[in-house]
Amino acid sequence: MPTMDVNGSAVEVDEEGYLSDINDWNKVIGAALAETEEVELTDAHWEVIDFLREYYDEYQIAPAVRVLTKAIGKKLGKDKGNSKYLYELFPYGPAKQACKIGGLPKPTGCI
Amino acid sequence: MLHIVNKSPFERDAFTSCMAHAAADSTVLLIEDGVFAAMKGSTVADQLSKTKVVALQSDVAARGIEANLADGVEMVDYAGFVDLVTDNEKIQSWV
Amino acid sequence: MSEIKNFLYVNRKAPYGTVYALESLEVVLIGAAFDQDVSLIFMDDGVFQIKKDQNTEASGLKNFSPTYNALGDYDVNKIYVEKESLEARGMTIDDLMPLTYEDEDDDWAEKSSIRMVSADEIRDLMEESDVVLSF
Repeated sequence: MPTMDVNGSAVEVDEEGYLSDINDWNKVIGAALAETEEVELTDAHWEVIDFLREYYDEYQIAPAVRVLTKAIGKKLGKDKGNSKYLYELFPYGPAKQACKIGGLPKPTGCI
Repeated sequence: MLHIVNKSPFERDAFTSCMAHAAADSTVLLIEDGVFAAMKGSTVADQLSKTKVVALQSDVAARGIEANLADGVEMVDYAGFVDLVTDNEKIQSWV
Repeated sequence: MSEIKNFLYVNRKAPYGTVYALESLEVVLIGAAFDQDVSLIFMDDGVFQIKKDQNTEASGLKNFSPTYNALGDYDVNKIYVEKESLEARGMTIDDLMPLTYEDEDDDWAEKSSIRMVSADEIRDLMEESDVVLSF
């Protein structure tokens, strides 16, 4: 099992760099995962990551991008509920990158 | 004698056949999808009175049917499962 | 513009005992990314998939029943449950999770996705759909 170094301790990840155990996650690990994705985290990023983690907690899945944009728009306002806004935050795919940073598994249907 | 059934009674005939062949003083243990046989008011519920029937608590809880169990069906945890296995000289699994 | 087809997923297996229920749910969620008209049928032991109160803590299994609540977000809001199957198992609609969706055309009002149908109605659903996927 591959690992990632976070402040000197090894955290287990899968071949694609997703956290192996969702329960290992904390914001420090999130920041380290963001570094591997070359994403500089701002409050706007955390807002999306926190949303995804809440969604996962309730439904046990990471939502597809279409579902994510709709739900974000409803929760955080129409100006944020569009793929342009989300792709600006996470250029390599909002569902994929934000899930990875949030310690969630790769979203179902994310090819 | 202990009989163990792990298949849904609505999909396979293991439970019905077990109840037709089990002696009155034997115990029938329902595990995995076998626990559905313990549902109150189902098409197989009238067979439950033939012998003592117990169901594995963790499998009942997983399937959300704790409130649906027929009267008289007892639940056992894993330790109770082990006790049943050690207390009975013969065990038959109706796979 | 691509032609929209009616997809009908027929769910007949209990959860946990076999992998069919989880596989079906994953296919439904992946398929929902494509713009198709999706309906789900829960019949026979499949009705147990949406039984309320599932709690897998003691069994060590993954409880995937909360994911059915996300179907509304995926615009999967035609969920047919066979009456005869519920009755044979001593259950009523009150034994099921209250699956809902928000109706975009009605000011996002929350509505039930569950429709109770008879075996006869299910036969018609199967006949009328373009694609049937059975699990």
